[in-house]
Amino acid sequence: MSENNGNLLTVNDLRTYFQTEDGVVKAVDGISFELKKGETLGIVGESGSGKSVSNLSVMRLIPEPPGKIVSGDILFDGIDVRRLSDEEVRNIRGKRIAMIFQDPMTSLNPFLKISTQLMEVTQIHLGHSREQAYDHALEMLRKVNIPAPEKRIDGYPHEFSGGMRQRVMIAMALSCEPELLIADEPTTALDVTIQAQILELIKGLRTELGTSVILITHDLGVVAGMTDKIIVMYAGKIFESAPTKELFAKPANPYTKGLLKSVPDPAHEHGEPLYQIPGLPPDVANLPPGCPFAERCDRAEEICEREFPPFVQINENHHSLCHFAKEVHASSGGE
Amino acid sequence: MLKFILKRLLIIVPMALLVVTVTWVLIRVAPGNFYSTERSLPPAIEENIKKKYGLDQPWYIQYGTMMGNILRLDFGDSLKYQGQSVNEIIARHFPYSAILGLLAYLLALGIGLFAGIVAALKQNSAFDYGSMAAAMLGLSVPNFVLGPLLVLLFSLYLYWLPPARWGGPLYLIMPVVTLAAIYAAYIARLTRAGMLEVMRSDYIRTARAKGLKESKVLLKHALRGGIIPVVSFTGPALASLLAGTVVVEKVFAIPGLGNIFIQSVLNRDEPLILGIVAFLSILIMVANLIVDISYGFLDPRIRYE
Ligand SMILES: Nc1ncnc2c1ncn2[C@@H]1O[C@H](COP(=O)(O)OP(=O)(O)OP(=O)(O)O)[C@@H](O)[C@H]1O
Ligand SMILES: [Mg+2]
Repeated sequence: MSENNGNLLTVNDLRTYFQTEDGVVKAVDGISFELKKGETLGIVGESGSGKSVSNLSVMRLIPEPPGKIVSGDILFDGIDVRRLSDEEVRNIRGKRIAMIFQDPMTSLNPFLKISTQLMEVTQIHLGHSREQAYDHALEMLRKVNIPAPEKRIDGYPHEFSGGMRQRVMIAMALSCEPELLIADEPTTALDVTIQAQILELIKGLRTELGTSVILITHDLGVVAGMTDKIIVMYAGKIFESAPTKELFAKPANPYTKGLLKSVPDPAHEHGEPLYQIPGLPPDVANLPPGCPFAERCDRAEEICEREFPPFVQINENHHSLCHFAKEVHASSGGE
Repeated sequence: MLKFILKRLLIIVPMALLVVTVTWVLIRVAPGNFYSTERSLPPAIEENIKKKYGLDQPWYIQYGTMMGNILRLDFGDSLKYQGQSVNEIIARHFPYSAILGLLAYLLALGIGLFAGIVAALKQNSAFDYGSMAAAMLGLSVPNFVLGPLLVLLFSLYLYWLPPARWGGPLYLIMPVVTLAAIYAAYIARLTRAGMLEVMRSDYIRTARAKGLKESKVLLKHALRGGIIPVVSFTGPALASLLAGTVVVEKVFAIPGLGNIFIQSVLNRDEPLILGIVAFLSILIMVANLIVDISYGFLDPRIRYE
């Protein structure tokens, strides 16, 4: 069966909406992407652009109500995730697809020992006995470089620092050697030095275990050295998708350019204040008919306010949602 | 932990003394006393009685003697019930209130937790609306209305249950239900709110992302955090239930501590009032201490020094 063309994950025209008092929030509105075995995909975008919701949809973890996957296909290793029963989804969660969340301070259960929280994963998915699970948990803690794991394993989350908790989360996520690891802003809540350590750790384990990774962040700097390709999200849509190198070298979307400009540049540490895209992301419950980025865009023309932009193909792997994608692409690079 | 418990136990002493002092002052300030009956006593006799109970002494001597007695946990004899010590009276009547209170407490916990948890899990279901409406009713019908209504229905109309007094298990049903209703309602609402709050939290999402069954997510991950607000409510609730609820004891003619307390106040039976007040304040403080200790077991983040 070559239905999935060697893709581990295929998402096609996914739409996830939330029913709220202000109307329908189109948190994810028609996104498509593919991930091959062993590949790392970066998803970037400002807060509220739908990064988390798209990935929670893949795991079928959208709280329903108010949320609902209204259309689209999610194929994981050829399995139609949307059609699985609850039990079948549970057998994938934590075993074949694991997730690390943004805030390690609140993502671990404060009432349960670290050992308990680690052990339950392999107990349900690998059928471990208590002893096996305990030993496995110890080994995982060792793998993520927790010092003196045999002493700390019976501690509670509040006895761990933020960085250590994120290591525990990673240990938990990788317990069953999942085929896909979704890391949702794994370093946003951490200090800069700790951030680098955690990213190195994910990188190392990814290579060691051959795991595919989706790395979500709003910092393009984070994904630069880690990903094979990147999708840029804005207002629930994909604004640009391209191989990492190409996206950095020749972006074809003004929004991506804005994000790139706002990456802190280590070479100019003490320069002017960091660039910020003017304005705020739009309210996804009430989008105007035109391009959702138009009013913040320095390239915008009259058509942008009026007509929704086309998803322009620049080359085989490079797409951009912009009326002027080709021009933007042509003008960028080499500056 | 041990140090914490000891410290809290020690604090109980001055607190109880303070409560008793305030009560003592109130008794003295309020007009009238034990001897102010309709038929006045001959002055000589009143003089004699006062001497016997030390009431002819200046107030600070009286206060000192009383404090001394209380520190020895000896409240002296009742003025009204001649020849019976306050301690005997409390020991005789407290068990009625305690049995009633304990049963009502367990019933309220059982119903409240169950209804609250199920309502939270099946939010906006028929069960949710039904149980929360019942809880609203339970909160708004006072027990001096609920009690007589139950009696009217089950004793005077259906002849199923004895209407009052102390007897076998059948006698307990209506007083216990009457007493438990409001607490069950409150616990149900607290549990529902607590569970809903926790079910939205990040660590529950983590538990689901691990592939745990919903029942496991609930019982292993959510329950502890969800019932913490209930625990802080049930401590004082237990104390006030054990102490006897005056109204319910009156309605069902149960000779519990609450009933005796009302009598002692009406009689201005000073030693008995002070004895019961001291006993109840200690009971409440111990109950609160137990709650605080159980917090420590529920929430590992809490450490006692
Ligand atoms: N449970 C929910 N109910 C209603 N709206 C929701 C819910 N969860 C997410 N949304 C909405 O969906 C949109 C996308 O949210 P999402 O969490 O995916 O953003 P994000 O890109 O991950 O942002 P961040 O960088 O802040 O994590 C937001 O507008 C958000 O308000
Ligand atoms: Mg997010």
